Order: sequence, then C-alpha cells, then structure tokens
Amino acid sequence: MSPPVPSILVPATSTAEPEQQAPPPSSSSRTWAKAWADIKSGFRQTELWGHLGWQDIKQRYRRSVLGPIWITLSMAVTAVGLGLLYSQLLGSAISYFLPYLTVGFIVWQFILGCLTEGTDTFISNEGLIKHLPAPLTVYALRTVWRQTLLFAHNMLVYLVVLAVFWGPLTEPYRLTEPDGALQPGISWSVLLAIPAFFLIAVNGGWVVILFGIISTRYRDIPPVINSLTQLLFFMTPIVWSTDILLARFPGEDLGWKSLVAELNPLYHYIQILRAPLIGNVQSWHNWVVVVGFTVVGWALALIAMRNYRARVSYWV
Amino acid sequence: MVSIDVWNASVDFPIFDAKTRSLKKAVLGKVGGKIGTEQRVPIIEALHDITLSLKEGDRVGLVGHNGAGKSTLLRLLAGIYEPTRGASRIVGKVAPVFDLGVGMDPEISGIENIMIRGLFLGMSRKQMEKRVDEIAQFTELGDYLQMPLRTYSTGMRVRLALGVVTSIDPEILLLDEGIGAVDAAFLAKARTRLVDLVKRSGMLVFASHQDDLLFELCDSAIWMDEGQMKANGSLRSVLTQYKGKDPFSHLDKETLERLGEAPVLTTKSGEV
Repeated sequence: MSPPVPSILVPATSTAEPEQQAPPPSSSSRTWAKAWADIKSGFRQTELWGHLGWQDIKQRYRRSVLGPIWITLSMAVTAVGLGLLYSQLLGSAISYFLPYLTVGFIVWQFILGCLTEGTDTFISNEGLIKHLPAPLTVYALRTVWRQTLLFAHNMLVYLVVLAVFWGPLTEPYRLTEPDGALQPGISWSVLLAIPAFFLIAVNGGWVVILFGIISTRYRDIPPVINSLTQLLFFMTPIVWSTDILLARFPGEDLGWKSLVAELNPLYHYIQILRAPLIGNVQSWHNWVVVVGFTVVGWALALIAMRNYRARVSYWV
Repeated sequence: MVSIDVWNASVDFPIFDAKTRSLKKAVLGKVGGKIGTEQRVPIIEALHDITLSLKEGDRVGLVGHNGAGKSTLLRLLAGIYEPTRGASRIVGKVAPVFDLGVGMDPEISGIENIMIRGLFLGMSRKQMEKRVDEIAQFTELGDYLQMPLRTYSTGMRVRLALGVVTSIDPEILLLDEGIGAVDAAFLAKARTRLVDLVKRSGMLVFASHQDDLLFELCDSAIWMDEGQMKANGSLRSVLTQYKGKDPFSHLDKETLERLGEAPVLTTKSGEV
C-alpha cells in the first residue's frame, strides 16, 4: 500500500515568456534625456555625495590626533615658507606678498585637486560603480565636494593671514615697489569672492566629469595631466606676479609679456577669486573668460555624458 | 508595477590591456564567455542575446558554470551595465547584494557602512537612522556594529548586507553567490524575510551554486551557459536539466512538503 503520488503540475513561471507585452524600445543608452537624468538625480542625492565627501576627508586622517587640522597646518607651513622666500627673491613686502601667495596657492590647490583627482574619479570608485547602481554624477560631486571641504579648511589660513596683515591690506598698496600696479586694498568688493568660488566649483564639475570619463577609457591621461600641472603651476602667476613680469623688461612692448598670463586660462580662474580676497584690481575680462570656459566645458561634459555615460561601468 | 524586461541584450566587454594577437583564435572551452577577435580591441561577449521578462512575485535562481555570465546578468538586471546591443527596461527600486568585499569600506564601522549603503539605495539619512536598531537586531551584530568593517568575518558582512537590503523594502532584490557564508540559523531567518519581501510586491533574482539555497529562495530558474540562456522555467526542471538528475529526488518528505514540491518531478509533458 503506497500512498498515491500527487501529480502536481509545475507552475508556469513568468521568466522569459515568448510573448512580450511591450514592444522593445530602441536602445536608449546614448540619449540626452538619460545623460540629463543622470546629472539631475546625481545632484538631487545631496546626502549621498555629501556623506561620501566627508567620509573621504575623515578617512584620510583617521587615527591621527589632529585629524583634518593637518590640511590647514600643511597649507600654513607651505604658504609661510614660500611667502618668506619669494617675497625676498622678488623684492616684495611680506605684508602684501604673503597674502597674495597664500590665496593664490589655496585656489591653485582646489583647481589642482579637481584636475588630478578628477581624472581618477571613476577609476577610484570602480568597486562602487560595479556593485551599486547610482548616477555617475554622484561620484563627480563626491570629488568636487571633497575639494570644496579641503578648500574650506585651507581658507582658515587665509583668515589668519588676513587678521595679521589687516592694516596694510585695507590701504591702497603696490605689490612690488616702485612700479607695480596700484591696488585699491580690501573693500566690500571682497564679497565677489563668493560668486567667484561658486563659479570655480561649477567648473570643477565639468572638469571632473569630462576628464574622469576620458581617463577611464585612456589610462594615459592621468599621468599626462599630472606632469602638465607641475608646469602649469610655475607658468601661472601664483608665486610670482604679473607686475614682476612687466617690471623685468621696462620700456619694451608689453604685448608678449602680458600674453604669458592672459593666454593661460588658469590665471583667470585664480584672478577672479584672488583679486577680491586681497583687494587687488578686479577686471571683468577675467570673469568673461571663466564664464566662457564654463559654457564650453559643460557642453563638452554633456556630450561626454551622452555618449559614454553607459560605457564607464564597462571601462573601469 | 515592478518589472524587468530585456530584449535581445548583449554585453560585450572591451579588454584594453590584452594583446589582440595572443588572443586570436583563442576560444575558451567551458569556462568564460566567447572572445571576439574581429575588432581591434579584443572583446569578451559576456552575455549574448538575452531576452527575458520578469515581473512581480518572481523568485528566480541563476545557475551555470563559473564564468557563464550569472553575475554579469545580475548587473544587467541592476542597470549597472546597459546592454551594448539590444535594450533593457527596469521598473522598480533595485537593491543588489553582490561581491561582499567591494562596495563596503573596511576602515569605517558597520553603522557607517549601513548608512552609506542605505543612501546608495535611495534612502535618506533620517530614514536610515530609524532603521539602524532594527538592522542591529536582525543581524545580531549588536555592539559589533561600532567596530570597523575589517574586523568582520565574511558571514558577518553577509549579515550586514542582507540586513540593510531587507530593511529598506526594495522592490527588486538581486543576490549573488556568497550569501551562503552565513550559518544555518541566520539563513532560516533571512529566508523568511526574503520570501516575505518578495510576496510584498517584490522580485528576487539569486545566483548560486548551492542547491539547498536555491530550493529555499527560488521557484523558477535560468540556466546560463557561455553567456546565453540555455534553459528557463521552474526551478526543478531547470536544475534537472542542468545537473542531469532531479536534485529534489533525495530530499526527505518533510523538506519537500515545506518547499511545496512533489517527490517525483512531473512536467506538463509528463514525467522526466
């Protein structure tokens, strides 16, 4: 007497039914809509990239006693050291040259961070990109946010320098005597530094996305950028000023000399933020150049996002 | 309505660092996808011409050899890879648990990892803070959650990852092999939770080599081979084709009853 064997039909499952309800849409990876959706949802996840950016800073100084204060300290040491040396070399008063160099260096650090860490953005997030679905923009914003936090730490050095040299900086002064350009000194126009930094950070966005995508595909780009930044640092008026360039060759035609700085886009980026912070003459043409680069840069970044956004997870 | 539709999708990986010449005519046997050689950059066809449609309530197991494309298929379903050819459409909130070593930071504590994972899965910080206690309870990790993740065993990491994904009510749950690293008691607990989750308007896709895990979690299956779907249908019939024998036949009666399976495999066309 064996119990009857129940004969249960294997339930029909829904996997891979031959008939599909909806017609297959055409492959839609390379569309503006998807690129735009990526950027939009990336920006919306502020808590995510905000948290990740903070985590990066905390991570770097985990278990060190001073923690992120090291960022501020190392900037202070560099600025004071270079400031003392170059003010003597270039014959400039320390009370003017130290603030000039400090601010220039802080802005440079931000730009440098966006450039070099931007090339590495997607490569260093390989694990996350391959394991969790998230908009690429999140990783770009993580990098820019991290640089912004570093910038904020470095700005403490500026505040100290400003407090120390408040007297001389608020009067009209010349960076180099006797024939440097006359600077008006710090005034309410210092507030222009806020939109200036905002604009530079917006540029950080396209730099990170564009260079990040290119570098993920062509791994030769990060070393190329790294070696060029060294040169760019010395070519850009950060540890020297355009005054010195002009004073060096008096009486000659000024054309090529000003071009050394004017043709360098980084000069304009540094100038829009440095000039208000240390009370230098501000020129609208710097803003025009930066805004122009912002528009062109974001256009290129959008094209890169449209065409290669979906490829990044294959390339990392 | 939760659904995943994939139409004739292929996933081709360009391999930039491999030398084309040395790979010419190289076609691997059982292991790995096909390696295309026409292009300048060698290409691994990890998935080829996949068409499938999953909907609410599906609990699908993925079986196949190493390198058959199971993990790649999971990533395609997660939206991490968009198909190089063909199309895919994913509707619903996806929560993947893939390789457990990656996607978690070993230097930060369990709590912070829970937070980051939750944020990635679309939660807000506040929502996650509310869930931390529940996750701590479910994972039984307790005070260990304050320790950096590098001090965790593999099983503990699995607990953490499962704790997070099951606490946030995902609609599409994708699990890769590796969750077998937890002990039996926890697995039983997780099973109930996962099955509940699928019942509450969800979907589960699970890749595994362990039959017993598949029995517990899935009712249908897809057999992947060399990047193609070789078979799909009920778990039992696919496993029988894949293994060449009915894996349910030597289970005891109680287990079978619990799983709702008959002692002898029957299909629409009769006994196999």
